[in-house]
Amino acid sequence: MMFEIVTYMILFAMLLALISAIIGQSVYDKILAVNIFGTITVLFIALFGFLTERPEFLDIALVYALINFITTIAILKFFEYGDMGRSSHINDQADI
Amino acid sequence: MSDRIKYLHITGLIISQAVLWLLLSGHYTPLLLGLGSISIILVTIISLRMNLIVYHQPEIGLQILNFIPYGFWLLVEILKSNIDVCKRILNPSLPINPSLITIKASQRSELATVAFANSITLTPGTIAIDVNGNMIEVHSLADVGIEGLETDEMNKRVKQAEIE
Amino acid sequence: MSLINIISYLLIFTGALAIIVGLLGVFRMPDFFTRLHAASVIDTMGTMLVLVGLMLYSGFNLVTVKLLLILIFILITAPAAAHALAKSALHGGVKPVLGKEEQ
Repeated sequence: MMFEIVTYMILFAMLLALISAIIGQSVYDKILAVNIFGTITVLFIALFGFLTERPEFLDIALVYALINFITTIAILKFFEYGDMGRSSHINDQADI
Repeated sequence: MSDRIKYLHITGLIISQAVLWLLLSGHYTPLLLGLGSISIILVTIISLRMNLIVYHQPEIGLQILNFIPYGFWLLVEILKSNIDVCKRILNPSLPINPSLITIKASQRSELATVAFANSITLTPGTIAIDVNGNMIEVHSLADVGIEGLETDEMNKRVKQAEIE
Repeated sequence: MSLINIISYLLIFTGALAIIVGLLGVFRMPDFFTRLHAASVIDTMGTMLVLVGLMLYSGFNLVTVKLLLILIFILITAPAAAHALAKSALHGGVKPVLGKEEQ
């Protein structure tokens, strides 16, 4: 009972993040919304583990946090330079 | 680079992997510990073959012990600016005044500058957009964020945490 | 229900409220860079309150360590992702709206 209300609130927030990913005008708005969606999903998985009293779900949350960050950086790199395999010594700028 | 530093780095890698495995696994049966040691050895061999271990370590510019009080101060700042941004979002007239300013970072090592820029971005209301040498370009949501940066307190506190 | 459970529930509830307020900000803000500010409310306040609340609820064991690892990881990567987004949006031709915004 205690966690159910909060879990429904987080689910509602995930729905809002998906809507903002769909109606986002530019590519960057959409990437931002997907990043927010990933962050909220990490929290949702952690809460769901406590809701069902199986805290082993936290491992999945940890991996999801790692993948979420890598996804954001990889998609941004793709949109900024046109491919993901640009070698870093072509110009001096740092990658992220 | 001398062999001593190389072995020091490899030992550090193995120890940190072992600690991470023990903390995350939670099962201490012989089978799982054996699997853990096998994965640690595999990862170490692969990172040696890929030359991922950097022997000429960049000078660590932050003293960990000095950095802990800065972390707590940053936490309080984050909470204060969070409440400010939340108030602005919930205000029906949306009282925002976005602006771009350039501020100077007076830290000497690169790592301390990175810590400063990350602190700026972590605080809601201000985002570090571009870093050119010592100048950081900051996008700010409202005047309060700019005032907080222009008093230079965060800059001074990161500089204090730096090794002299 | 003990006192510490009530405190942790209040923290988690406030965190969920902060997430919804941040998303409201994402919908209300006029341009991309101001939306980033609203998103950083979610990344800091939301995750900190929810995960600290869960830490208090779970007591002190390996679960707390995992929650702490998730929290530290998110607090390190969130500014990196926000900075990468802001930088590539600026280089990709998104002009920030400056000055007083009238609603």
